[in-house]
Amino acid sequence: MRAFAGLLTAATIAWGLSAPFTYATDISFWTWRQEDKAAYNELFADFTKKNPDINVKFQSFPDENYPTIASTALAGGKGGDVIHTHAYGWLEQFVKSGYFVKQDASNMPSLANMSADALLSGTYRADSQVYSLPFASQTLGLFINKDVFEKAGLKAPTTWDEFIVVSKALKDKGVIPLANGLGTSWFNEMFVATFTGPLLGQEFVSDLKSGKATFKDPRYIAALTKLLELRAYMPTGFEGIDYSTAGQLFISGRAAMLAGGSFDISTYRAQNPKLKMDFIAPPAAKVGDIPQATKFFDGGYAVNAASPNKEAALKLVNWMGTKEFGDKFTALLGNISPIKGVDVKDPLLAEVAKLNETAMPHINVVYFRFEKPTGSELLQSGITKMMSGSITPEQLGGDVTNGLAKWYKPFQGK
Amino acid sequence: MNDDRRRALISQPQRRSLWILFLLLPAIVVMTLFVVWPLLSALRFAFYEFNGLSPSQFVGLENFRKVLFEEPFSDWTYNAFCHNVIVFFALMVFENGTAFLIAFALLKGLPGHRIHQVIIFLPVVLSSVIVGFLWKLFLHPMFGLVNGALALIDIQGPAWLGSESTALGSIIFANIWHWLGFPTLVLLAGMQRISAEVIEAARLDGAGDYVLLRRIIWPLIAPSVTIVCILTFIGSFNWFEIPYVMAGLTGSPGGSTDVLGLYFYRTAFGSVSSGIQDFGQGSALAVLMFLFVAGFSFVGLRFLRRREIQL
Repeated sequence: MRAFAGLLTAATIAWGLSAPFTYATDISFWTWRQEDKAAYNELFADFTKKNPDINVKFQSFPDENYPTIASTALAGGKGGDVIHTHAYGWLEQFVKSGYFVKQDASNMPSLANMSADALLSGTYRADSQVYSLPFASQTLGLFINKDVFEKAGLKAPTTWDEFIVVSKALKDKGVIPLANGLGTSWFNEMFVATFTGPLLGQEFVSDLKSGKATFKDPRYIAALTKLLELRAYMPTGFEGIDYSTAGQLFISGRAAMLAGGSFDISTYRAQNPKLKMDFIAPPAAKVGDIPQATKFFDGGYAVNAASPNKEAALKLVNWMGTKEFGDKFTALLGNISPIKGVDVKDPLLAEVAKLNETAMPHINVVYFRFEKPTGSELLQSGITKMMSGSITPEQLGGDVTNGLAKWYKPFQGK
Repeated sequence: MNDDRRRALISQPQRRSLWILFLLLPAIVVMTLFVVWPLLSALRFAFYEFNGLSPSQFVGLENFRKVLFEEPFSDWTYNAFCHNVIVFFALMVFENGTAFLIAFALLKGLPGHRIHQVIIFLPVVLSSVIVGFLWKLFLHPMFGLVNGALALIDIQGPAWLGSESTALGSIIFANIWHWLGFPTLVLLAGMQRISAEVIEAARLDGAGDYVLLRRIIWPLIAPSVTIVCILTFIGSFNWFEIPYVMAGLTGSPGGSTDVLGLYFYRTAFGSVSSGIQDFGQGSALAVLMFLFVAGFSFVGLRFLRRREIQL
């Protein structure tokens, strides 16, 4: 009995001594990317290996309800310790309310690993400070079904004229040239950005920023007018074809091309592992023009200002800005990390990364989603009308400009 | 002894009131917490400007002015409101009109009427999300059943949900398919309450189906008609699930299926892919919707109740 009591006392002392060394901080990561759970858990396991005192719990919420869930939780002083955020205007609403910790060289040294345009996506315009560490760039371009092109004996188009010639030839062979429809509002805006980007060029973007140009500008109207030509090469009933149907038409080989986002490369591969595809820049205005895809940053990682574990959360986010994280993130998720010097081993993703070097910014996402009405709301509600012929490109350009002039000073009085 | 009895007699109604209050308390607490409090919060938020996600300053009626008189918000409000009005009249005529005729057919007790009663009511038990998704598939321009059937008779069907001229009608149709059984059942119950002698007497007097419906059944089912009309009105102006599933938050294409419910949600909670959140304007819209629905329901109810008495 005495021996047992001694053993018990020794065990208690041993437990008491070891306890301070085994206590770990548990932090949570909130995201809308439910499909990325396995990859993030693997990444977080790497982090915990390096920081055994911090455990990270992955918590995901449905994409559509994520803003509501996140804002409600943050307003109540709750929410994850690290919050996966969208970028630009979406982020700004949260920063204005003081929900996120400011990131600078002292608490987030890995900001130095990001390019300037990436940092812009996580920067609050009013104080020019970063609140969310960028996590991925997305590129809009043209998916090419190589098998279909090979069978038809055609080459992927690089200019608008080539695009029309190739599309006519494909149509004659009974193949849908362009898989896209207009049944998904958010993608309609991406569709416009994809095809108008190379026709507009970087100079137009600078002119928009300075107020030299608006969306009534003849360059923009001409680019919108070009879109009308695409209708002849889209599927029958394209007005009602949604983005997921378009994807299915493309991967099944019923359609030869698809204006889409690099974010779908891994999805299409998973759905049809035999698919031979390419991702190229959308058609340029003329031969010799620089290939111009459209690029934007999807979002970032922010630290909840009300988190009781801010230090651990900052440590995690800082690690998420390192090359070590970026390499594995790109390999596991097929997304391009904005971290400088990241290895992109996948050949198709490497092509996308190359396109990014000369890409146009996604005009609406990067510059016109900060106040109401957003450029996206205005364009999304007008583009289907324009494509169906109920309004003209001039009317659409005018509506977008006049709507934005409510809050975008360079457009006021124009 | 007498004093005790008097005390007992006086306190009995008080005890009873306390007991009633005690029984009502859980309901009052729940109602206050989940209905009255959110309503009052929405009312308060409608008078505030939002800086990001928190109310920043009191702006009086500014949010109401924006949603009612400032373009493009006012255009979107009236566009959505017009669609709600169209939905109400379409449902009154096509859903309730059909329901009235079907209820009469079921009342006649024709062979197989029991199974038809079940079939007609069956879609009502399905979730609106399922119905919306199902009809979205049926109306798919390339792979949908509807265009597939039309192709068999060499007709190229339109992109039902992609064309501005057919999208709202298609969604209303799906809604009618979903809810038709409900007014049918309410009206049938009303018809079954009419005494058999009344109908028999009318028949003996030589009344045909039309006269029976017009002169006997229609006046006698007035209470059921009141319920159906009021519920259709409230449902039409709070319409959300089916258009959300079939046309998305933006009321595509080009706002041709936008209704107040979608517009309110988009304004208040934003959308990852287009708008930002604005609880102020969203609350103003919610308050206006509430006042409109509550006001018209009240007036409509009074009118229909008076009509019941007159008939």
